[in-house]
Amino acid sequence: MKTEKKSRMQRLFEKGEFVVTAELGPPKSLDFSVLDRKIDLLSGVVDAVNLTDNQTAIARISSIAAGLYVMKAGLEPVIQMACRDRNRLAIQADLLGACLHGITNVLCLTGDHQCMGNHPGAKHVFDIDSIQLIQIVKNMRDKGVFQNGDEIRNSKKSDLFPPYFFIGGAANPFAEPFEWRVSRLEKKIEAGIDFIQTQCIYDMDRFGQWMKEVVDRGLHKKAKIMAGITPIKSLGMARYMRDNVAGVTVPDSVIQRMEKVENVKEEGIKFAVEQIRQFREMEGIAGVHIMAIEWEDAVKGMVESSGLLPRPKVS
Amino acid sequence: MIIAEQKPVNEILKNIPENSRLLIVGCDTCVTVCLAGGEKEVAVLSSVISMSDKKMKSIEGTSIERQCDKEFLSEIKDRVSECDIILSMACGVGVQMMSDYYNGKIVLPALNTLFMGSNEETGYWLERCLGCGDCSLDITGGICPKTRCSKGLMNGPCGGSEGGKCEVDPENLDCGWNLIYNRLKELNRLDTMAAIQPPRDWSKSHDGGPRRIIREDLLL
Ligand code: SF4
Ligand code: SF4
Repeated sequence: MKTEKKSRMQRLFEKGEFVVTAELGPPKSLDFSVLDRKIDLLSGVVDAVNLTDNQTAIARISSIAAGLYVMKAGLEPVIQMACRDRNRLAIQADLLGACLHGITNVLCLTGDHQCMGNHPGAKHVFDIDSIQLIQIVKNMRDKGVFQNGDEIRNSKKSDLFPPYFFIGGAANPFAEPFEWRVSRLEKKIEAGIDFIQTQCIYDMDRFGQWMKEVVDRGLHKKAKIMAGITPIKSLGMARYMRDNVAGVTVPDSVIQRMEKVENVKEEGIKFAVEQIRQFREMEGIAGVHIMAIEWEDAVKGMVESSGLLPRPKVS
Repeated sequence: MIIAEQKPVNEILKNIPENSRLLIVGCDTCVTVCLAGGEKEVAVLSSVISMSDKKMKSIEGTSIERQCDKEFLSEIKDRVSECDIILSMACGVGVQMMSDYYNGKIVLPALNTLFMGSNEETGYWLERCLGCGDCSLDITGGICPKTRCSKGLMNGPCGGSEGGKCEVDPENLDCGWNLIYNRLKELNRLDTMAAIQPPRDWSKSHDGGPRRIIREDLLL
């Protein structure tokens, strides 16, 4: 049985298009009006949206359920799957379920520690880690087997029925040990990722260094690399990201630039657009992933000013 | 060794009935070394309880070599017969062995048993092993990823590692994988970190009932 059904995102990459995705956090309650608004803001502006999975360890509507919702509204979902809350049984079950409903873009993550969220007394799972998860998803797709080696079919007599996925991962070029970060990406590629989205980038020099090594090792040819962007909305936010968010670096030059202007929002977007333009020129970058947290109204302007609208069509 | 710390005195007192004849028993091994339940701590806890609001008929104190060993438990038979409540200052294993051995007596724990670890410096103890049943120290340069990494990851540092610290406590907690990376680099063994480690077999860990070792060659 062939269940291969390539996502729009995958087909765009294959056509050589510069792909644009955005982050979309599922709401905490069944009041979907916020999500409806965000869907409106992002429709036709990005190629797919990431539905986060209990992001920062805060309980929300599940990524797959929210993914189905946005899909009905015409947006393509990338569902995030973190290792913190589910063991290998639950993960494989959820992945099959996602595929059943036509969701194939999966972003495999380790997941933030539960102490970062609102249920610090929860027990984390971490039965597997993100690299093992990537390998499991790849084997489900390519070999038609579960993690234990059993074939994915209903009975011995029925057809092998592997699910289809476009497999993503995250990379943080700014976490430490810095020298290890490209090797970690390589490990994820070896495990089976098709695309990666990076942590949000402010330090263009350090990112450039990382990217150069990625290209030198030829890794950009093995997986599509999407540069992560979070536009700066306020000085407070920039400082907070610099001081409190593990794995995010905000250079002083960026802070100083924001300090100098009256309208930080405007300057933040301007900086993001400059970044996108640079990414488009950089060798090895196949797209951008925009994480405009609670600032989805900014996305359209950013994409437009970067010369990326209208989004290309795929048949 | 096993590291433990004393429960808050109020919690200890809560479960001891008024007017009991209390026997506090320390253990001379791990909990003596980690200054939680040895002879000295028995003496201190005795006087704290005697000065508390809760009146006891009598408070006796003693300590034995190892509470986790039947052999030594028998030594205090006489003293046990003269008490109503045994307050054990041993680790959880010791408390259970005491309970089993003197099964007619109420045995209460005075400590919270925390982990298997080391004494890093005076007043600082660190967890070092989870007893996972499948030791991987050979591939991680002698630093335990399951214990030292907050997520027990097996394939290298997550994105939360910054400045050598872990996202769980960026001020005080070393990132286990950063330590492993540095050690392997020093040993010129970073290639082991590049190899993908398969999902763990948790059946070797604590996942259903107490684990047992049965050595046919040693059974009588
Ligand atoms: S790998 Fe397992 S047995 Fe080895 S030190 Fe770590 S927890 Fe203990
Ligand atoms: S920061 Fe380091 S120790 Fe903390 S969870 Fe990540 S890899 Fe593990």
